[in-house]
Amino acid sequence: MDQLLQHLVNMLVLGGTYALLGIGLTLIFGIMNVVNFTHGILYTFGAYMMFIVVHQLGLNFFLALPVAIVAGWLLGALIEITLLRPLRGADIDTTMLVMIGAWIAMQSGALWIWGGVAKSIDNPFPDAPLVIGPVSVSWLRLFVLFAAALLIVLAYSLINLTKLGKAMRATFQDSDTAALMGVNVSLIYTSTFAIGSSLAAAAGALLGPVYVVFPQMGDLAAVKAFAIVILGGLGNITGAVIGGFILALAEELGAGYVSSGYRDAMGFLIIIMVLIFKPTGLFARAERVG
Amino acid sequence: MAETVLSIEHVAVHFGGLVAISDMNFHVNKGEIVSLIGPNGAGKTTAFNVMTGFLTPAKGAVNYCGADLKGKKPHEIADLGLIRTFQRTSVFPNDTVYDNVLIGLHRQGELKGKLGLAEAILGLPRARASEKAQRARAAELVRWIGLEARANDLAGSLSYGEQRLVGVALALAAQPKMLLLDEPVSGMNASETHTFVQLIRNIRDRGVTILLVEHDMPMVMSVSDRIVVLNYGRIIAEGPPDEIRKNPAVIEAYLGQGAKDVVKEVAVHA
Amino acid sequence: MKQIVTLLCLAFFASVPMWLTDPYLLNALITTGIFIIGAMSLNLLLGFTGQLSLGHIAFFGIGAYVSALTSLGFDVPIYGDFHIVHVPWPPIAGFLLAIVISGFCGYLVGRLSFSVRGAYFVIVTISFAEVVRLVALNWVELTQGPLALTNIPSITIGLPGLGYLVLKTKFHNYYLVLAVAAISYFLISRLVHSHYGRAMRGLMENETLAVAVGIDVTKTLTLAAVISAGIAGAAGSLYAHYIRIIDPDVFAFISTVTMVIMVVSGGKGSLAGPVVGGVIFGLLPVFLRPIMPPEAQWITYGVVLIVILFVMPRGIVPSLAAKLGLARAGGTRRASVAVSERTAEEHA
Repeated sequence: MDQLLQHLVNMLVLGGTYALLGIGLTLIFGIMNVVNFTHGILYTFGAYMMFIVVHQLGLNFFLALPVAIVAGWLLGALIEITLLRPLRGADIDTTMLVMIGAWIAMQSGALWIWGGVAKSIDNPFPDAPLVIGPVSVSWLRLFVLFAAALLIVLAYSLINLTKLGKAMRATFQDSDTAALMGVNVSLIYTSTFAIGSSLAAAAGALLGPVYVVFPQMGDLAAVKAFAIVILGGLGNITGAVIGGFILALAEELGAGYVSSGYRDAMGFLIIIMVLIFKPTGLFARAERVG
Repeated sequence: MAETVLSIEHVAVHFGGLVAISDMNFHVNKGEIVSLIGPNGAGKTTAFNVMTGFLTPAKGAVNYCGADLKGKKPHEIADLGLIRTFQRTSVFPNDTVYDNVLIGLHRQGELKGKLGLAEAILGLPRARASEKAQRARAAELVRWIGLEARANDLAGSLSYGEQRLVGVALALAAQPKMLLLDEPVSGMNASETHTFVQLIRNIRDRGVTILLVEHDMPMVMSVSDRIVVLNYGRIIAEGPPDEIRKNPAVIEAYLGQGAKDVVKEVAVHA
Repeated sequence: MKQIVTLLCLAFFASVPMWLTDPYLLNALITTGIFIIGAMSLNLLLGFTGQLSLGHIAFFGIGAYVSALTSLGFDVPIYGDFHIVHVPWPPIAGFLLAIVISGFCGYLVGRLSFSVRGAYFVIVTISFAEVVRLVALNWVELTQGPLALTNIPSITIGLPGLGYLVLKTKFHNYYLVLAVAAISYFLISRLVHSHYGRAMRGLMENETLAVAVGIDVTKTLTLAAVISAGIAGAAGSLYAHYIRIIDPDVFAFISTVTMVIMVVSGGKGSLAGPVVGGVIFGLLPVFLRPIMPPEAQWITYGVVLIVILFVMPRGIVPSLAAKLGLARAGGTRRASVAVSERTAEEHA
């Protein structure tokens, strides 16, 4: 029982960042219909930005987080404008392969610049964990949970309360009609990709200090993000948040009660199961046939 | 009493809360040319989708040559010789006209017995003979449909009217006993339409029963043995062209709009 | 004409070990050849049915492990005192089993995942490959996990009346790989030119119409998946017996990407495409290695992939064929399709 409680707490911390990753990808996948293989590298990039700001520039930990988010936003916008905008109208396989090319190039770039040795990021929190009854959680992880929750709320508000969010939702429904109604679809696509990328960078920046930072850290993150998107249903933000927590729970329980070697297999198994048994995702609305 | 090939019994289709077809009943006899007409959104294409297994009806049954089609997949229904064409995507655009028909000959290519695949890959005599027969048949069909000159052009590069012909040729390649044509003459000019009517009669004379959905009223009136009129998902009239022409319910629901179409068409081709 | 070119190419490849003695280059050619076989099998799915399998390396890796384990033997505890013990068999049996078992896995994946298409199919296949990799990594009793299976024997061929030939040298292995590649090429070529291949092409271009003329989607796609997986398994087996050591890294996602790059750059849906793309991308590292560090090589890889997709989206072989006027009206293909779509909309 105590062990289970501990797993649940871990799940909350992990699930928050997974939700961030998932929201970012579900926006891009849902609105732009692009299978974004650079999502993982943006996650890696966020973590390295954190490392650079804290260790190479020697600035404050709490300043590094917004820097990483803004840098992710800029890199995302750059990728969209240079690689995806010229391919508008190309089939999904082509854009996917271009994203794979970009991912290989950028990951190798990270390896070249920062080397393959894993780096850890110092944090200003006390080493001793917070202990409540049988459960212990480090202060850093608590911070990650709260920061992730804050960012999720921000993303929600952006999409549901702002004019930009309204235009994004309109584009998701029907990009042609949205364009006819005066929505600048190009701008929406760039914004979507930039926002999605900044959320991935935020997830990396938050988890980087918890674990270690290395160039391939984003590969698994990307697959997990896909699992979350599939679980939650394409373009479904709430679904992505719930999907993030479900994946985290599955991983915690899988690692705790099956074998830690198969922790990372959970995401893949979830993908396979959901797509075989309920291809529209767990939280998809029933759609009209035809 | 003529032999019934296809009968639709109490078929109903719903999309969510929307009723696309409510209680549809009609039949087609062997060797007949029957037209299914009705204003846009009357449920004609939906009816085709039900008959060919692309949609499962909420209620009712489709019987073809004495067999209930319930639960059969589209390719299984095609295997029974009930073949359809499509309104919009009637060809394989990146293949030549000749190759389109070859793909349509798929059913003829299926060798009986379990060794078909190995025979095809090793090029054994039976597979070779079958391949040769398919190629000859494809060439014959392309000639018959009148597209010989365009046999080596990509189907996607053809005019819309020619694409409809390719669609019919590859449906014929699938050896239909009954053919469902979904708006076959839309996009054809008057002379193409005239030739096409001849073609439909020729196909019928080869023993193929025909059901067609069409908007071109003069064409429907001239080609059909019998007409079934659909409006708001139910059948409002049924009978030979002369009767339908005079039926007040049909004039009310449909011919007004049809007449407008005719006027438009005349204007376009003037 | 086309057959003569094919035979001339085959003769050229067969002559290579006669005049090329540099072992490093010969080694690069052998591993490239193995990957070209994998790329050809991927092309059967991607180019002829339109299904992008990004887990293709799973079939390659399964072939490698099956072949290695068959020829090495194993003793695996299943439950309590119950063990499954397998005594070593000749490597050629491993090669055949690799094809069968990989093909069977192709059947399973095909049956389960062809209900989803497009991006979802891609993601299912990636997941399948990753699950298999994690099993290879964690089922240490069977696979040795990260410690790798070592001392895998070379393939031996029994020659009637002449005893046995152990294919140990690079010279031998080159011809072995060439022979398997040629057979695979021939097989795929016959398949795609049969009515099975036409059914695949029909499904790729217009699934609804294909179904309406009686083509069975599941059967056709599953057939393609089985043959594709079987050939990939054969390639994996060759790899295991040539390199003679395998670890879970054979399942690396990047290897699938390498095959995809070979197919897409050469031209998907073209029989020669994976060979041309494979020779270029397989040998690219040989030329890049002296002039740049490995990271830069990979960056080049990624950039070249992007550039090819921007400049020659249909791949080298179809683009060249269109330029030389060999293919039927290839250049106008895109435009004409667009026109017909527009007309369709006008009439709708």
